[in-house]
Amino acid sequence: MRSRLFLWVPLALFAFFAGLAGYMLTQDKDQFVESTMIGQPLPQFALDPAFGGLPGASKADFTGKPRLLNIWASWCLPCIAEAPQLEALKAQGVEIIGIAIRDRPEDVANFLSRYGNPYTRIGSDRISEVQLAIGSSGVPETFVIDAKGVIRYQHIGDIRADDVPVLLAELEKAR
Amino acid sequence: MIAEIGLAALWLAAALAVLQMVSGAFALKSAEGEVNPLAIYARPAAVVQAFLAVLAFILLLRAFAITDLSIKLVAANSHSMKPLLYKLTGTWGNHEGSMLLWVGVLAASGGLLAAFEKRLPERTMGATLAVQGFVALGFYAFLLLSSNPFERLPVPAAEGTGLNPLLQDIGLAIHPPTLYAGYVGLSVAFSLAMGALLTREVNPSFARVMRPWVLGAWVLLTLGITAGSYWAYYELGWGGWWFWDPVENASLMPWLAATALMHSVSVLAARDALRTWTIMLGVLAFSMSMLGTFLVRSGVLTSVHAFAVDPERGAFILGLLGLYIGGAFTIFALRAGAVAEGKRFAVASREGALVFNNVMLSAILAIVLLGTLYPLLTEAFNVRVSVGPPYFNPASAIFAVPMFLVMAVGPLLRWKSDKPARLQFELALIAALVIGVIAAVSFFGQFPLLPLLGLGLAAALAVAAFLPLRGRNLKRVPVATWGMVLAHFGVAVSLFGMACEGAFSQERLAAVAPGGTEQIGDFAVTLERVTPVAGPNWTAIEARLAVSEDGGEPVILNPQARSFWSPPMSTSESALLTKWDGQLYAVIGNQAEDGRWQIRIWWKPFVTFIWYGGLLIGLGGLLAIAGRVRVDVKRRSATAKGAQRRADIEALGTPPTPIPAE
Repeated sequence: MRSRLFLWVPLALFAFFAGLAGYMLTQDKDQFVESTMIGQPLPQFALDPAFGGLPGASKADFTGKPRLLNIWASWCLPCIAEAPQLEALKAQGVEIIGIAIRDRPEDVANFLSRYGNPYTRIGSDRISEVQLAIGSSGVPETFVIDAKGVIRYQHIGDIRADDVPVLLAELEKAR
Repeated sequence: MIAEIGLAALWLAAALAVLQMVSGAFALKSAEGEVNPLAIYARPAAVVQAFLAVLAFILLLRAFAITDLSIKLVAANSHSMKPLLYKLTGTWGNHEGSMLLWVGVLAASGGLLAAFEKRLPERTMGATLAVQGFVALGFYAFLLLSSNPFERLPVPAAEGTGLNPLLQDIGLAIHPPTLYAGYVGLSVAFSLAMGALLTREVNPSFARVMRPWVLGAWVLLTLGITAGSYWAYYELGWGGWWFWDPVENASLMPWLAATALMHSVSVLAARDALRTWTIMLGVLAFSMSMLGTFLVRSGVLTSVHAFAVDPERGAFILGLLGLYIGGAFTIFALRAGAVAEGKRFAVASREGALVFNNVMLSAILAIVLLGTLYPLLTEAFNVRVSVGPPYFNPASAIFAVPMFLVMAVGPLLRWKSDKPARLQFELALIAALVIGVIAAVSFFGQFPLLPLLGLGLAAALAVAAFLPLRGRNLKRVPVATWGMVLAHFGVAVSLFGMACEGAFSQERLAAVAPGGTEQIGDFAVTLERVTPVAGPNWTAIEARLAVSEDGGEPVILNPQARSFWSPPMSTSESALLTKWDGQLYAVIGNQAEDGRWQIRIWWKPFVTFIWYGGLLIGLGGLLAIAGRVRVDVKRRSATAKGAQRRADIEALGTPPTPIPAE
């Protein structure tokens, strides 16, 4: 008789999904782990401008004062949700340097004109090279970088309104 | 009192669902040719249950219409100042109301099945109604135990808190009910698949019963997705028509499964092949509907679409998913082996082409499912990821491109087995169109690969869609064949619109002082003035844009930036100028410090074809249903079985030459 094991495959896949979804439902959404890169200096990098309007970004830009490094992409929906919070941070005098992941210049320009431009510089990371090097795996993510170019804090996911004071406090600590 | 009657109707309906389930299950104990005396309650229970569930929904509609602020749901989601239309659509613009609509449609389709379907063997019918009752029961429990739409406030509210302004739009009056009817129509396909599996009655006559339900659900899903896409396009003001957002994917996944199911159920009806595969897709399609409901309602995934999300409700729906999908897959694993394979066919045959496209559709479904759930998976390891178009577009194209190619050829192939050499002319024509169009367009400039491929495929498909009519007496072509031709042509039209939008869109973003003019494509756009305007429950600034094409007579566009005050929220109302060959899309942004206004204008050539194509696909589906119904009516009067089978094969679109004998 032919093996009928394959008939159980849909059930197995579904059971895996149900287990995962069940586990995720019980998890606190805002849970967060520290990247192994925290306390480490930024790796060497120099990225081309992501679009014509602003200069690119490199490690050398992170000196003199604490800054935010925001990893984002124009195709990323949570980045849209995050945009007003970045504006709020900018209004508080925070300098934000962006890295656009796998993006196109026209898309970057579109996004900024639509949702506001909180950045002073945006580097284009076409192959996620810098993103992976600093221990980020998704968009959006935001890092607090101190005056010496050391990564002091990592925020995973979009910045909600509640996260703004946290980031401001972290920037103050990094001073 | 009205709310209490609604609640009582729901409880009664739930009790009837239990009766339907138990009584239907007794049908499985019926002896051959007889009906178990306890099984006779299933049909009436389904009909009365449908009546009660629909009544409950109508009562909720009434509560919204009169803004009954003693009901918690109305107070939380409505406002006495809202226009009546949006009061009514507000009924399903929230979690509880949309779940009541869901249950109402579920019960109504169960009732229709029970009242009108006489062809199924009583045992299968009983089992089907039992499953349908079981599914309904879970959703009644969900409503009654965790999402009571009729809950009263201890003290009536003085005023409602409004409705998400994004949802105050005619698009929302049409889009969710259509989509829901489609989602839930698939529940009947699911129940029928389970019923047939339980009684081992998987055969062509079963497929003929299932087919109109699948077709109907598929048409509604198609129209619902089309309307939803257009709504997002003009209401969100982002200029895009598909964002691969989890909520959008939640509607696309059942559509993909239903598309595959619709084709495989036709093969089963006409050729008695693909039995197990059809059952699998029947289970899968409705599973995708329920999975979509779970993803949207539980909040396990982040979406830009605003929905009331709640992990406890998520847990409840997950429990239901476990019960229904888990249960269905278990029965499938235990029983599917006992379902005979059905008739064999060669790879190069109509069946072969349909199987190939079914596999491609399933692969695209898997790609979308994986991309949608991947963030959930990585988040379990504390890594947050957002998956977007850089993944979805190329990954789905890998399977969509061969699918479109085979879709062009498939309807020309004969059943059972065929020689591709017979179709030399057609194959050469299709290849020439794909290559010719790509070459011709590339001649004019550099365009991205996917839109370019899309243009070539659209041209080939548009022509190939009509090839099945070649050499036939058009008056004698069955209505269902016209349906197929139209639907396939609609796919070409949509594809053309998507490719043009991707390849040729132009965009202009400018800060313009009143009186200033911007040029985009052939259009000169002048910002005449910006004025404040007020609506029933919002205020806005409105730009007056004079758009003149090639120096011709100007047309006025009025994009607005609206502010709603209850709840406080701002939206962007885009203004559209629709031409036959595209749309001018204008949005007004913020005012800069120097007094200039930010204006954003797109010229999107042929973008409307995306939705025209969707409508054509839906219309094709409607024609197919009409054709089937006609054939069914004729068949009832005809007695000869052979005539019926010929009619069925004919209805699928017979090749110009006679069918080879078996």
